[in-house]
Formats: sequence, C-alpha cells, structure tokens
Amino acid sequence: MENAIPLFVAIPLGTAFLIPMIARKLKWAPDLLGNAAMLGLCAMAFATVGQTGIYHMGGWSTLGGFKTPLGIDLRLDGLSSLMLMAVNLIGLAAALFSVDYMKRYTDKGRYYSLFLLMVAGMNGVVLTGDLFNLFVFMEVAAISSYALVAFGCEHDELEASFKYAVLGSVASAFILIGIALLYGITGTLNMAHAAGNLAGGGLPLLLATGLFMCGFGLKAALVPFHAWLPDAHPSAPAPVSAMLSGVVIKALGVYVIARLVFNIFGPAHELLTIVRWLGVVSMIVGVFLAIGQWDMKRLFAYHSISQIGYVALGLGLGTPLGIAGGLFHMVNHSVFKSLLFLNAGAVEHASGTRDLKRLGGLNKGMPVTANTSLVASMSIAGIPPFNGFWSKLLIVLACIEAGRPWLALAAVLVSLMTLASFLKVQRYAFFESARAALSQVREAPLLMRSAMLLLAALCLIMSLLVVTGLESPLLIAPAVQALSGVFGSS
Amino acid sequence: MIYALCLILIVIGLYAVVTKKNVVKIVIGLAIAEYGINLLLILIGYRKDGWAPIVSPDMDPAAFAASSVDPIPQALVLTSIVISLGVLALMVALCIRLYERYGTFDVTEMRRLRG
Amino acid sequence: MSELPANEGMSLIVQTVTRWLKAFILLFGVYIVIYGHLTPGGGFAGGVIVACSFILLTLAYGQRRGLKAVSRGVAGEMDSVGALIFLAVALAGMIAGGAFFANFIETGEAARFTLPSAGLIPLSNIGIGLKVGMSLFLVFTVLSAMHVAVSGSRRRMISRGEDDR
Repeated sequence: MENAIPLFVAIPLGTAFLIPMIARKLKWAPDLLGNAAMLGLCAMAFATVGQTGIYHMGGWSTLGGFKTPLGIDLRLDGLSSLMLMAVNLIGLAAALFSVDYMKRYTDKGRYYSLFLLMVAGMNGVVLTGDLFNLFVFMEVAAISSYALVAFGCEHDELEASFKYAVLGSVASAFILIGIALLYGITGTLNMAHAAGNLAGGGLPLLLATGLFMCGFGLKAALVPFHAWLPDAHPSAPAPVSAMLSGVVIKALGVYVIARLVFNIFGPAHELLTIVRWLGVVSMIVGVFLAIGQWDMKRLFAYHSISQIGYVALGLGLGTPLGIAGGLFHMVNHSVFKSLLFLNAGAVEHASGTRDLKRLGGLNKGMPVTANTSLVASMSIAGIPPFNGFWSKLLIVLACIEAGRPWLALAAVLVSLMTLASFLKVQRYAFFESARAALSQVREAPLLMRSAMLLLAALCLIMSLLVVTGLESPLLIAPAVQALSGVFGSS
Repeated sequence: MIYALCLILIVIGLYAVVTKKNVVKIVIGLAIAEYGINLLLILIGYRKDGWAPIVSPDMDPAAFAASSVDPIPQALVLTSIVISLGVLALMVALCIRLYERYGTFDVTEMRRLRG
Repeated sequence: MSELPANEGMSLIVQTVTRWLKAFILLFGVYIVIYGHLTPGGGFAGGVIVACSFILLTLAYGQRRGLKAVSRGVAGEMDSVGALIFLAVALAGMIAGGAFFANFIETGEAARFTLPSAGLIPLSNIGIGLKVGMSLFLVFTVLSAMHVAVSGSRRRMISRGEDDR
C-alpha cells in the first residue's frame, strides 16, 4: 500500500493532461476517462482504511545522517485516510453528475481536466507531510477552482470568480508569509520535524500563527473570512458547487487548521479558544444570513458557513469526544451538502431556475430528486436516524462534557434554525402545487439520479458508523488518534 | 532592518488590492504583494557574506554547507513565482471577460450578486 | 473598444532584428533548459525564454505569422506532451528505482559536473521546459486574440473607474 500513495496525485494529474489530447479525436473520451479515474481513486481510497505509512519521495530517507531531513514525505494516517475517502467519493459523485449536467456548457474536455487537477491538488494536500508541498498542492486546487467557478462565463460567474480569486490569493499570500516565518524559526519544512523545533519562537511564531489562522480561515470560509463563499458557490456549475462546498473548504481549510493546531503547534489553550470562537461565530452568523435567502444555492452556501462553524467548534473543544464530533460532522457535511447542491443542479436542469419563489410542486414530477433532497434536508437539520443527528449529538455532548453548556445551547438553537430554513426550501420547492410553467418537468437523467442516490444512501449508511460506540465511531477513531494521540489501540 | 522594507512592499501591494476600484489595478497590487513575499522568502535564507549556492567542481562540500547562502528558500521562491504566474494569467483573462460582460473595469459597478 | 485592426506588426528595424535573433533566443532558452542541473535556470526559466522567442515573433510580425510558427493546436498538444513527459519520468523512477521520482540513472563519480550527470533531472527539465514554453505562448496568444466585443449598449471607453476616488 505504501508504494501506491503517490498514485493518489499521479493518476488525476496524468489523466488531466491526457484528456485534452484525446478529447480532440474522441468525443466521449473526457467523460469516460474522468469517471474511470475517479472510480479508481475511490477504490484506492477505500483500500487505505486502517493503513498508515510514510512515503519518501525520490526514495530519500530522512535519516541519511543529515541534521535536518531532506526531501518531501507523504504521510498516510487515520485523518488522511478519512479525508481521502471523502474527497474521492464526493468527486466520483460529482463526476457522474457532470456527464449529463455539463452538456449545456462548451468544452467538457477542459472541464474534466480542471476537475481532475482540483482532485489531484486536494489529494496532495491531505497526504503531504511537508509545509511547502502543502502550499503548492493547495494552490493547484485553488487555481483550478477559480477557473471552474468562472466556467460558464456569465456575468455572475465571472464576478464571483474574480472575487474568489482575489480573496483566495490574498489568503495564499498570508499563508506563504507564515510558511516563510516558520521556516525561519525552525529551519525545516517537514511538518513532523518543525513540530519539535518550535521552542523560542516569540514574536515571529505568534505572527506566523496569526497569519495561518487568517489564511486558512479564509480557505475554510469561517466568519469573518467568509465573504467570497456566498458568491462563488452558487455561481459555479452544480457539480463544481458540490465539490467546493463539500470537500474543497474542508481539505484546504479545516483539515489544515486541524493539522496545524493539533500536530504542529500543539493544542495550546489560546489556539483552541480562537478556533472555538471562530466556530461559534460562523455557526450563528451563517444561519442568520441564510434565513432570508430565496435562491436555493445561495441558501445552501450560507448553511455551509454555519456547518463548518460546527466542525470548528468541535475541533476547538480539544477533547477526544469533541474532535470525534467535529471530524464526523465534517465528513457528514461533505455528503449531505454535496447532495443538496446536486439536487439544486437537477432542479435547475429541469426547470431552469433556482429561485424558490418561482418553484413549486416538484414532488410529483421529480420523485428521486425530491426524496433525496428530503433525506439531505433531514440530515443537515439533525433528525434521526440520519447521519447529521449523530454528529451534532456528539458535538453537543462534547460541549457539555467540556463544561461549556452555553455553547451546547447555541449549537442546538442553530440546529433548530437550520431545520426551519430547510423546511422552507422543501415547502417552496417541492411540496406546493406545481405552477403552470413547471408542469412539464421530468426527472433528471440516469447518471444524475444515480449520483444523488449514492449520496443519499451514504447519508443513511454513515449513521451506522456509531455502532462501535459514541466515543469512537468506526472510521473516525483512527483520525482522532492521529490528531490527539488518544485511543492507543486503534 | 531590511525585513521592514519587504514588509512595506507587501503592505503597498495589499493596500492596492483593498482600495483600488479598477480591476486591473487590483491585479497589479496582488502582483506587487507577491514580489514582496518572494523577496521576504529569499531574505530569510540569507547569510552575511555567503556564497551563491552553486557547487563548482573544485569545492569542498563541507565548506560549501558552512558558508553558502541557504538554497532552500531560493527553490521555494522559484515555485512561488510559477504559481503567481498562473494566478496572474487567470485573473487577467477574468478581467478581459469581465470587460466583455460589464463594459467597464470598475469594481463598484459589478454588483449583481448581492445579499 | 472597436474591432482590432489587422495587425501588421512593428517597424522594419524591429522586424529585421527579430528575423536575425529569434533562432538565437530559442537556442539560448534550450541551452538554459538542458544545462539546468549545472547552472542556474532549469525548466521554468528556460521555458519562459523559449516562449519569449515565439512571442517576439508574434509582436514583430503580427499574429498570423506567430500562429504559423506554432499554431494553437500544436501548442496545446505540446503542452500536454510536456506534462506527460514529466509524469512519465517520475513513474519510471517508481518502476525502475522503487520510489516515485527516484533517481535511477547512475553515471558514477567521473561524470560529475558534466552534462549527462544528475540522472533524471535533465529529463524532467526538458519536460517542464517544453510545457512552460508552449503554455506561456498559448496564454499570450489567446489573451491577445480576444477581440473584446462589448455586448450591446454598454460600449464605452475604459470607464471612469480608472481614476481612484
């Protein structure tokens, strides 16, 4: 297994460059190659369960008798394995969905190329053990996402993409300054070695921490760095929105914050407080801003901010239960949020609009979309037996256990407001009687339906992860161990 | 300190990003900020009176390691320059398309997405 | 902005000098790519110079001549080929050397500091040089060829937003 670790980056990269060459001759090649690559990656990601390993690129060992390590490592541990499964599974669903959805846009070849580059970048971010390599892969994924948001070249897509590109580049600039300062303090770029060398940091360390929080907070769309998300996520094509909201803000944002806080800087009290407060503010602000929205995808985007707030709250508690809750909610959110965006895409594909005031009664014409949308809405609102309920329960219990009952109360109230918001979506889009203009809507094509059904099935199956006990869910426990060193035997 | 000059350059670039209204000026401001950061990276690897990090055939490796400038930041800067080239090309293409759609380069007029 | 006039290029002096120099600039770029493991430069810097030679040709003679030298289709293909060469070199390292990007070409002590030393690195430099050269030329061509036709009633000059307020 260890030898296959670089393939997570090599396969999408190679396919991304192969597709434009072949697309000229064979029209169906991009779809086939893109989906085959994602399927292969998904299978490989599931094969990494329970494995750990370190891969030295170029065969350079870090124990070659030199004082500081040479070369770049790729590290696979519980958290990387979890993120790989999330990224590649959602990527597979989005790629399946794009086969039919992207027919309305020109040049599918370039679309799949950019999509695979984005997946390659994200796989690289979760696997790497070197700080600058993290920056490079993060930029690869970010630049591909800027281009994908602007893919349709309409007014709002270009405006959203420009705003996203400028803000994202400023964040990357902050992160690069942070990496430079950290290199100056520790003399190494390898994450494991830098973690041991941070003594005597002083002002540059404080500055680097602040810059990292700002930069990665923007990538994760935590309030007050969230301004780009409500424009970028709705304007992108639906499968790209699903990827952006589902995995990009997690792989590039929350995952790196978790690594920095727990593995590199050490979970100091002040750092955890910052993460916790960012989480709480995002949770509350996100859901309040979402209440007044009438555009389906914009509403979902604001809820993304709120749910990422939950994840940050869970991580910021610092206890194993809190971290488990945060990570579980992170993967759950990937599944149900991308399902919601795919539903919005199917609705737009069928009826041509995303405005809730103009939709209605889609229950009869689009049964698969309506039912999967109901599953996703119940998951995000935290209704048993779907997966959202368990992860929110974990976070609330962790808040109470850590001695912060007010945060638990806030989490429950935000969950109720989320429920209200999604009841509104369900009522206006699906339940009321159909208007005349919408009486002709038909269900989405087969591949789009299968992508949505796959994710909806996952919403149910992932509730089963807690069968091994509330404190150590099945796949989450190794990830918690990787971050905090608890659960000695997993 | 010479680091202060780098930081001034970065701040000038970020000032341009924040305050200018012409889209092209925002892009230029971002480029200036990136130059400043690359300069900061190289400066971090500097050693006073150090040699350039190029090994020639008659050089002793230990002497080289002891007295040359740190080569790692230079590799980082090369990579960073390539990345900012990619971002710059993308943003310039976005500016051209924006002009095509909105008829202006003025950011305050591109306000269709609101709320 | 009205339609761009059919660009005839630049003056006679520029065209003559370009005609003499373009081969040397291309050669210099290739030199920097190939000697990347011995002297400063390498794939990216050499690739930029290679792209510059084609860009100079386009600027001096006009777009039609530039596209005749390297058409957009050829540039796109070469771009992908360059990236695939790099990936193939890295995977060859995996197959032959046991690790991704392992340097499996050994040329021994005697060949140090000469051209065939440093194993894989010159090959990867060539892949990168090809990709960057074609890529930058493609970026330049596509960006300069966009005839900006502003939609409908919004045609106006570079707007009042140009001045800062």
